[in-house]
This record gives sequence, structure tokens and C-alpha cells, in this order.
Amino acid sequence: MAEYSALSLLTNALKGNQDWKPAWRKPEPKASYDVIIIGGGGHGLSTAYYLAKEHGITNVAVLEKGWLGSGNVGRNTTAVRSNYLLPSNTRFYEHSMKMWENLSHDLNYNVMFSQRGCLNLAHTPAQFDDYARRGNAMRHLGVDAELMSTAEIKRLVPALDVSASARFPIVGGLMQPRAGTARHDAVAWGYARGADRRGVDIVENCEVTGFLRDGDRITGVQTTRGEIRGKKVAVAVAGSTGRVMQLAGIDRMPIESHVLQAFVTESLKPFIDTVLTFGMGHFYMSQSDKGGLVYGGDIDGYNSYAQRGNLPIVDEVMSEMLALFPGLARVRMLRSWGGVCDMSMDGSPIITAGPLPGMYLNCGWCYGGFKATPASGWCFAYTIAKDEPHELNAPFTLDRFYRGLVIDDKGQGATPRLH
Amino acid sequence: MLITCPYCGPRDVIEFTYQGDGNRERPQPNSQDLDAWNAYVYDRLNPAGDHNEIWQHSGGCRTHLRMVRNTVTHEISSTGFARGDHNAVARHKEGGKS
Repeated sequence: MAEYSALSLLTNALKGNQDWKPAWRKPEPKASYDVIIIGGGGHGLSTAYYLAKEHGITNVAVLEKGWLGSGNVGRNTTAVRSNYLLPSNTRFYEHSMKMWENLSHDLNYNVMFSQRGCLNLAHTPAQFDDYARRGNAMRHLGVDAELMSTAEIKRLVPALDVSASARFPIVGGLMQPRAGTARHDAVAWGYARGADRRGVDIVENCEVTGFLRDGDRITGVQTTRGEIRGKKVAVAVAGSTGRVMQLAGIDRMPIESHVLQAFVTESLKPFIDTVLTFGMGHFYMSQSDKGGLVYGGDIDGYNSYAQRGNLPIVDEVMSEMLALFPGLARVRMLRSWGGVCDMSMDGSPIITAGPLPGMYLNCGWCYGGFKATPASGWCFAYTIAKDEPHELNAPFTLDRFYRGLVIDDKGQGATPRLH
Repeated sequence: MLITCPYCGPRDVIEFTYQGDGNRERPQPNSQDLDAWNAYVYDRLNPAGDHNEIWQHSGGCRTHLRMVRNTVTHEISSTGFARGDHNAVARHKEGGKS
């Protein structure tokens, strides 16, 4: 019987809810493991889950410096989509999308994946043409994409002003109907429980402070809870990549850490039932099941490891929201926070073996890592288990920057703050 | 965040444009050292702590600044002119106009 089911709910209710087990144990770290994963966020936990499930490698530890899911997996704006232009990105994110579609069932944990669609608004004919191009590129690879007229947009989002007198008149939009949102905490908890039940040790409050080495080879880690040896050491620490790689003696990486802020308003009645992006700036919004509008914009634009941002971006994001929806001017913002993003030099991730022997690296997610969580873990687990990349992550190497093989979806060049 | 421009005094961060890691060495224009060019274009020192970086007062006097700013606290410990630094020095050495 599945651990969570209608029957288990009923049985436990009748027994006074005394038989529920914690979703994951709190084990003491062992002296050694087959695989050590640094980082107990979405990607680290999904890597552990797929190592156990797909490759039968269960002697695995996930080391988390804080509490499980305290980083970016709980700080994002929960959008899931696969509307990319370049084939390597499209294939990878579409694989992720297909995994999302079965994730709650696979994990036996309701991640509340809601395929409410993602609509990119176009405000000029040229931008509309550009979206048509992207939509065609997506459909060419079997991903759903539809151009929408202003009349269709008006029906979908009645609160939008689609008239010519709007501050930034809307010309049309590109819709990915299968895109949507998911409950981000549930993703972390679901993967954690799935990995834990298969024997993976999830060790919280265990910060890595150094690497154990045999010559060049990484043979384990020093942590605040002692030395732990590992045949393979995988790094999945997103915004802290620079910090952790410095512990391994690698000072320079094609990565900059930047802070991205996100915001939630007070609860409103149903206002918008899709993920909406603004085309005249960088702004995206959806409505949570509790009714709060969840939204964000650009990164602050300078290197930062602080999980909080500055006011100019708050001002800019609010202005963009009001340019789209002047009627939201008196809605109160309840909370804002920041997460540290590992901005890569071409806007695409890195999932690879290396750069040191015994080490595996997963980073460069910019501010789009949440939607990649299933495929990232799946590909990273494959790479760790087989010591070679799956064809889906083969393009996402660390040395692509030096070989002229960058994957720059936005065509922005090596300026991370602009990706 | 307030940045103290040597000409204009303390000004809001919104007037400034971030130019990134100030530790990079631009190779001489005629250099054929691919590793040096790759490092210049793609590699960044990304410390958690004091970071040596270049900004421009683009919404003010347009001077380029070299700053040391802490990436964890956002505290700025020094600000000065970027002139005389590696790129400018390289041009002078090549015999360009000063």
C-alpha cells in the first residue's frame, strides 16, 4: 500500500493519527558513503532520489548546511515551463516537463502541479514575430505552443487592458498550455521522503567546510559534523557554488552569484489563472492557491550572497506590475525575500562530471532552476552513476565556454546580470 | 545601497551600472593566448566576502569606479577611480593617447 493514500488517511484518522512516520529520518552521518551529495535543495534531493530509484545506488548522503529546502527550492516563484528557443535547452526542459506531469504519482506526494499555462505578452509586432519564431522552434521539437490574439488574451485574463490606450499596448502573446506552477516545498519534501525511504541519509545542519583529497582526487568532505568519505562527491549548491568550489581550490568559475527577489501580496479572490509574463520589462506573476499574487522581476544586478535585495528592484517590479494592472495599486504586499542565483555566462546550466576527479558538478541554474528540478536530478544521477552524461545533459558541460559551444538562449553574451 | 562617487559624493545605487569582476586581466589586443582570452571573457572570481569590482556612475558623471564591496553584507569598504588600472595602463603602454 502506498504510504499516502485515501485508505491510509482513513486508517490513521480512525487510529487517532498515531501511525504517521516522519517524512525523513534524522540520521547521524556515517563514516563513508558511495555518493555524497552536497546541498539538500531540490536538485540535490532529486539527484539522491533518482540515484536510488533508477540506478540502485542507495548508500548515499545528502548534506545540507541549514534545514532541508531552506534555499532556492523554497524561494522561487514556482513556475514550471519549457518554452525555450535552442534545441539543447528545449529537449532538457521538455524532459523535465514530462517528469512534472507524473511527479505527484511517482513520489506518492502531492506536489500540486497545476498546468495553468504560461503566457508571454508581446507589446510590439517585432516581439510578436519573435514569439512566433520561438513557438515554432518549440513545436518543431514537439513542445506545445500557441500564439494568442488580444481577444483570446482578454478572455483568459479579463483584468488585463488589451486596448490601444494601455500604458504598453498588448499585440498578442505566446502561450504554453502545459506550463504551470507547483508547490515548491512539497517538491523538496516529496523527493526527501522518496530518497529517505530508499535508504538515503539526509543530514541537515551539516555544512561542508573542506574537501578530503588524495592528490587531485576528491575522496570526501570535512563538515561541521566530522569527516565523511565518499567514492563520489556531487556538488549541487546553486548560489553557493562559488563558495564550495573555492573550498576545493577552484577560485574562478564561469559563474556569478546574484540575488533575485520575489514578492507575495495579500490574498485576493481569483484574479489570474495562468502564469503571466510582461514583455516590456522583466516581470512575471501567478496566483497561489491561497490567493496571494506571487511575482518577481529582474535580479538586483551585482554579485551578492545575501538572501535579501535592495529597494530599487522592489520599486521597479511594483512599477511593472502596475503598468500591466493599474487596478492592483492598493493591494498590499505581504512578504518579500531574496534567493542567491548561480548566474552562468550563457544563461544555461552545467551538469557534468568533474572538474576534479571524484567530483561531479551541477550548477549555473540562473533564476530558472525550479522547473528543472526533476530532469536536473535525473540527469545528474545518470552522470554520477555511469560516469558519463546522458544525451540530455551532454551539452551542459563546464568547458563549453572555452570551446565555442555556449548555449545562449537570450543571445546576451557573457554578462550574467543580463541573462 | 549608497555608493560614494569621488566627484559626486554619496549617491543612490540606481545611478550606477555594474561592470562586474574587477580582477580580470584583459590580454593585449594582439595576444593569441586563447587561455588568457577565455579566462578574461568567462572566468570570474565570485567570493562570498570582499569583492573587487568595477562600476560606472552612468546616471551621473559617467566616471568608472573601482570598489571593494562585501557580497554578503553589501558594505562598501573603498571606492576610487578605475583610471590608471589595467585597461587604461595597457593603452598607455601601447603608445595611445593619454
